[in-house]
Amino acid sequence: MLLNIWFFLWGLLWAVYFMLDGFDLGLGTLLPVLAKNDEERRMVYNAMGPFWDGNEVWLITAGGVTFAAFPTTYAVMFSSLYAALLIILFALILRGVTFEFRNKVDKPFWKAVWDWCLVIGSFVPALLFGVAFANIFKGIPIDQNGVYHGTLFTLLNPYGLIGGLLFLFLFLVHGSIWLSVKTSGELHERGLSMAKKLWPVVLILAVAFLAATRYYTHLYDNYFQKPVLFLIPVITVIALVATRYFTGKGNEWKAWFASSLTIVSATFFGVAGLYPRLLPSSLDPKASLTIYNSASSPLTLKIMLGVALTLVPVVIVYQAWVYNAFKHKLTEDDLAYEEAY
Amino acid sequence: MDAVFLSRLQFGAAAFFHFLFVPLTLGLSILVAIMETKYVKTGDEDYKRMAKFWGKLFLINFAIGIVTGITLEFQFGTNWANYSKYVGDVFGSLLAIEASLAFFLESTFIAVWIFGWNKLSPKAHAACIWIVALASNISAYWILSANAWMQHPVGYVIRNGRAELVDFFSLITQKFAVLSFLHTVSAAYILAGFFVMGVSAYHLLKKQNVEFFKKSFRIALTFALVFAVFEVVQGHLNGSEVAKAQPTKLAAMEAHWETEKGAPIALFAIPDEKHERNIVEIGKIPGALSMLAYHNMSAAVVGLKDFPKEERPPVLINFIAFRTMVGLGFLFMLLTIIGWLKRNKLEESPRFLKIMLYAIPLPYIAIEAGWMLTEIGRQPWIVYGLMKTTDAVSPIAASQVLISLIAFVIVYSALGIVDFFLLFKYARKGPEEAAA
Repeated sequence: MLLNIWFFLWGLLWAVYFMLDGFDLGLGTLLPVLAKNDEERRMVYNAMGPFWDGNEVWLITAGGVTFAAFPTTYAVMFSSLYAALLIILFALILRGVTFEFRNKVDKPFWKAVWDWCLVIGSFVPALLFGVAFANIFKGIPIDQNGVYHGTLFTLLNPYGLIGGLLFLFLFLVHGSIWLSVKTSGELHERGLSMAKKLWPVVLILAVAFLAATRYYTHLYDNYFQKPVLFLIPVITVIALVATRYFTGKGNEWKAWFASSLTIVSATFFGVAGLYPRLLPSSLDPKASLTIYNSASSPLTLKIMLGVALTLVPVVIVYQAWVYNAFKHKLTEDDLAYEEAY
Repeated sequence: MDAVFLSRLQFGAAAFFHFLFVPLTLGLSILVAIMETKYVKTGDEDYKRMAKFWGKLFLINFAIGIVTGITLEFQFGTNWANYSKYVGDVFGSLLAIEASLAFFLESTFIAVWIFGWNKLSPKAHAACIWIVALASNISAYWILSANAWMQHPVGYVIRNGRAELVDFFSLITQKFAVLSFLHTVSAAYILAGFFVMGVSAYHLLKKQNVEFFKKSFRIALTFALVFAVFEVVQGHLNGSEVAKAQPTKLAAMEAHWETEKGAPIALFAIPDEKHERNIVEIGKIPGALSMLAYHNMSAAVVGLKDFPKEERPPVLINFIAFRTMVGLGFLFMLLTIIGWLKRNKLEESPRFLKIMLYAIPLPYIAIEAGWMLTEIGRQPWIVYGLMKTTDAVSPIAASQVLISLIAFVIVYSALGIVDFFLLFKYARKGPEEAAA
């Protein structure tokens, strides 16, 4: 029971991270396409301004919880995905400091350099998180001792790449919608029309991913055993269609929530199929890491459950408060504000 | 070069770099919070300008501290997989709690503080920076408890082929954790105090915004003085805890080879590790080491020779690091006491101001020296007495680590240069003009 709860929480934390940071990563990637001049670019930065840092902490918590609840998985997963993970981290570092540094020197060259850091620092994690998770769903070549027999390029297989592209485009749509949530006028329209333009790509990738999953992974085994699980991908598809519907209606908040649900349920599509595995081995099913052979002791799991059930709701409350406090559409006043990005 | 060596170098470099920024975050957040509170209480706009000016420097520094912290958490998995497997049951929870308890608060409310000057009431706004200050310091407590466990493991048993938790409470209440927290945050407060005093001294020497920087200087001075005095006393307690918990570290940092009663301290020595002796020893104080370690002039202190060679940490570097830290610690106390005597005639003491300006880097050096002693002095153990560093590394190719190490050095150097450039730029620029 305890193990199952932790498996669910593990999936949930990653899903929430993708949902929240997903729009930052998507919007950051689209900066050069969505913003035409410095003022518009600053709008894009400030649309993420009060949120991106708090969003990123979900990643740290997801990592920390993997460490605390499933230390063996943490150890094997992170050392196996060594290169991919460090590339993601370097990218996130570039993105993070960009927010603080870009507006500190008023020279076009300086700003252009940081703009590219934002683009790279957003694009790379968006793509690589997808590649990494698709490979986790599929299984990676680890042996009984948790030693990885592959390289960075092992991960760039067709299924990994479809997963990467799916994440990327989900985030691009998610970010475009967020821009229209936070802006009015031309940027607002541009965000919506970008989301509409990219939506068919997401649909194709999602269908391709669902089909490829049958071919490359064992995720569907759980689904055939418990057909009720098929509700999850059904929710994903409905949410994806709803995203398009509300975008077309110009209802950006509902579109954003629909897009959030798409991302969360897409993550859970994989997580539900993985159960009870956390990191399948493609070499030998017996070498797979599961909640049974990689978890912490019951005492640690209990303490951490107490901590998580107390703190995470509190975090959600105050982060929701912050979203509510800064949900207004940006105006020129916001850019004129002394501390704005 | 093997994966162990390269991983150590990488973790060391990443932690060293991270800790160039963290202490200022820990201390300056409190100073800015004090300034803003004064604004809320008195309504004096000067204090608001002060909170904004120092707040800007705080944020430039804060950005790097945050982003470089993430790589540290993940490196336990990427580079130290065997460590993570073996002790994750005990160690992982501390990091996870740090993130969910403190890091969330810090990262969420710093944004509210940045964007909320016009949105929140002055009181609520000041509360935000207090939350950030508190959360940063709580964060430090969890991280330092985790580190303390590596220095002095408690509350676990070896079961199922790994270390398993049996007493969570002891992890966060053990003396080693409390002492290293007090020692580290006090050092951070001293650093922040010296930073504010140094930048203020620069402007006072230039006779710019004199009243503004006199006020800033005095706030920082009081803060630094209290903790500089505290640190000297507290550091002594730390020393005797190390003596009890980590006798090899004690022996290495004092280059103490022979077990003897009434062991002396040499102010200066050149250790010769190969021949297990000191080539030169100057300023021997008899009985001082016994006194330091056991509060007893004639107590016996075990020398390095009585530990197997493969369980000794390097001597020279620990010996130097310890003396650097302690020497500077006394200097900080001296300088802040002098500052206190001159606090009402700062403009008339250009020489003192100049010293304080050039003293800005010194607490950085002291803190990094302290960490080198803490971490290198723990060697060859990753968890003292429980697990060797060589057994802790991930099963990964050295070439991979070499590439990432090079990437770390390049990216971090570039970031460090940009960050210090911006700190200089905005520190020299001074505060915004007061609204007419």
